Amino acid sequence: MTATANRSGTAHRTGPMVWARRNLFRSPLDGVLTIVFGALAVWLIYKTFSFVFITGRWDIIRVNLRLMIIGRFPDAHVLRLVVTVVALAAWGGFIAGFIRARQVRSGNVTDDSQRLVVRLGDIAARLWLPGMVVLLLLLLSSTNGPWIMVGLAVVAAVVGRLVGPFAGRRKLGPVGSALAVVGLAVVPVSLYFYVVTAVGFDDWGGFMLNLFLAACAIVLCFPLGVLLALGRRSSLPLVRVVCTTYIEIVRGAPLFVLLLLANVALGFFVPNSLAPSTSTRAIIVYTLFTAAYMAEIVRGGLQSVPRGQIEAAKAVGLSPVSQTAYVVLPQALRNVIPAQIGQLISLFKDTVLAGIAMGVFELLNVARAVTAQEDFRGQGLIGETITFAALMFWTVAYTMSRESQRLEKRLGVGVR
Amino acid sequence: MDRRRPALLAAVPLTATLSTRVPLWRDIRVLKWVLQLVVVGLVVAVVIWLYGNYIDNTAEQNIPTDFGFLDNPANFQITGNELSTNAPIRDALAQGVLNTLRVSVVGIVAATVLGTLIGIARLSKNWIVRKIATVYVEAVRNVPLALFVVAGLLVVVLGTFPTIQDAWNLGGLAIISNRGVAVPWFIGAGVGLLAIGACGGLAAWLTARWRASVSDRTGVLPRSGLWGGSAFALVFLVGWFALGYELTLPELDGRQTVGGIRIDPSFFAILFALVIYTSSHIAEIVRGSIQAVPRGQGEAADSVALSGFQRMYFVILPQAFRIAIPPIGNQYLNLIKNSSLGAAIGYYDITLVAQTTVGNGSPAVPVFALTMVLYICISLFTSMIVNIANRRSALVER
Repeated sequence: MTATANRSGTAHRTGPMVWARRNLFRSPLDGVLTIVFGALAVWLIYKTFSFVFITGRWDIIRVNLRLMIIGRFPDAHVLRLVVTVVALAAWGGFIAGFIRARQVRSGNVTDDSQRLVVRLGDIAARLWLPGMVVLLLLLLSSTNGPWIMVGLAVVAAVVGRLVGPFAGRRKLGPVGSALAVVGLAVVPVSLYFYVVTAVGFDDWGGFMLNLFLAACAIVLCFPLGVLLALGRRSSLPLVRVVCTTYIEIVRGAPLFVLLLLANVALGFFVPNSLAPSTSTRAIIVYTLFTAAYMAEIVRGGLQSVPRGQIEAAKAVGLSPVSQTAYVVLPQALRNVIPAQIGQLISLFKDTVLAGIAMGVFELLNVARAVTAQEDFRGQGLIGETITFAALMFWTVAYTMSRESQRLEKRLGVGVR
Repeated sequence: MDRRRPALLAAVPLTATLSTRVPLWRDIRVLKWVLQLVVVGLVVAVVIWLYGNYIDNTAEQNIPTDFGFLDNPANFQITGNELSTNAPIRDALAQGVLNTLRVSVVGIVAATVLGTLIGIARLSKNWIVRKIATVYVEAVRNVPLALFVVAGLLVVVLGTFPTIQDAWNLGGLAIISNRGVAVPWFIGAGVGLLAIGACGGLAAWLTARWRASVSDRTGVLPRSGLWGGSAFALVFLVGWFALGYELTLPELDGRQTVGGIRIDPSFFAILFALVIYTSSHIAEIVRGSIQAVPRGQGEAADSVALSGFQRMYFVILPQAFRIAIPPIGNQYLNLIKNSSLGAAIGYYDITLVAQTTVGNGSPAVPVFALTMVLYICISLFTSMIVNIANRRSALVER
């Protein structure tokens, strides 16, 4: 029936009925599927709605919001966190503006003349989801502090974004570029020391700790992964054997077991004076673990660089080191950016394991611990707290993967 | 060398070539070896340093470094297992390996089926099916597996399933309660049953090959699936009756279930989490692979008037799976390694047995070294199977 109806003239008409016929009831079987899955969808939406607005008892989140986000971070030093967040926002905005101006100057991007409204709409489309979650957190919070912090952070980011282009537009010599890179790298490092001198690393907790563990491991694993990949592809047999062995052993073992091993057994291998604290151990394990996976991804990128490129580099007389640094690596890394971000997302999700294996007070551990509080004990509130934790992780991971897809499109990876 | 100089070099003064003997510190061969020796020397130095510390520390604390602990009694009970607490650690670890394999195999099969269906659904022409599949994948993929594991136990099994008194009885085939899920099982199942299954699989494979060769010669439809399935069923049933196995259904008897087999809450939870999580990844791989099959293939199937199912089953999926085998194999390896999270909710896989053993006073380093070796062996074995499958499916291409 639908096929004849479509052929006999409805094909160019539009309307809800035509749409439904084409997308929901193409054939009898399709109709059955629609009804079954439609019922399922309605039931799921109803369940979700009633859980969020009716049956869910979200008091436990409201009361423990602070514990969930920053753990047992002492009151006296919260101001340092605020300063850090605002400074990081300004820093991020500055980098965005800086890079944008560099791209425009080098001619890679030409749409800088776009109207402001369009640009703002674009940013809103990209950031509305995390923005909504931040807003939800603000609404759940009982004090004004977070509101002020977020407001300041937004202002700082905008200011940074507006100031960045001035630095980016200027022509930088080799010394200038090096200074710029060092200057930009110094900011987060000094902020880290600013916070950690007040509150030791082991007193950090909550979602902040998840983010921090992931950020540290991401930064540290990258150079190690590139080195391992180069080593595995090296023409020097002994280096190759060492790198391959390392990569294969690490990739064969579960991260959870490695974390347990580091927790229980690290003390045997390093002298007590050098044995790091639990959270530091977690960072080391994450770094060493992700480096092996990163190495395999980078190796894929290295293999995707055409031989002609290396031959051309040799032909113009570049040394082996320069061939790799200026010709092969830039192309290889660009080709595997999406895969790398995928690995980083999975690293971020794996930060939960530090809580389970080592007892670090990260978000999932907080979510489990708060259900044992006196006010909430034995009420079966684990569903609520785990949902909240899942929302946090989901938002960050989903935003990252969307940004990665966007980057992939912009870089034109896979499009020749 | 100089006597047979090629014509091209003839223009270069002889002295120039002779006098440029490369000094040792610029000779690329020497440099390569020096670099390698430095790298290896560094690695060896670090390993020796770590090992020396290890030996010193264990000697100081009187901790053995050998594997003698394997013969000590385990002193703990593995849930769902009749292994006595006096059994040696060796046997407990073997049970751990079996448990890991059990959850991995069931999980791999279930995740593959579910993931493939969802991957196909993501490309469905039916709007609502497509949307549900998309929401499922996007929602599950971006949440840590550990959250599913914990939620599987605390929210699904202990929070949602009813108490044993008013358990859900699915037509006698499954009894679901917060004590676990009871399903039909074979009495006396063990190695014999596995052997029958293996024989059946062999018979099915041989029959399928025979049908394929008949089809090649005569052109009749091979129907390998039907013939192979029947051969399997035949061999399995004959073996079944010959060895006198019996299937029992679970029944509710007061406060417990009798008959069948009871899947404990922790097994159910880790399986649930692994299947949900891995299937979302497999779905993405399947979707990508289907999209990578050239459009012309689907159009060709349409033009010879295959039905939608035939188009998918005979034309698209075989080609899609050829592309999908390596990444899906990676997901299988991930699933096996992720099954170690069962330890977090009390499922006695390799990891939890190792953890408990260490907690009971066995030396940590040998135990965890052994654990890692076991996981690496399982991973290598799996990747070997995946590689074989990959090679076979790639050969068909020519």
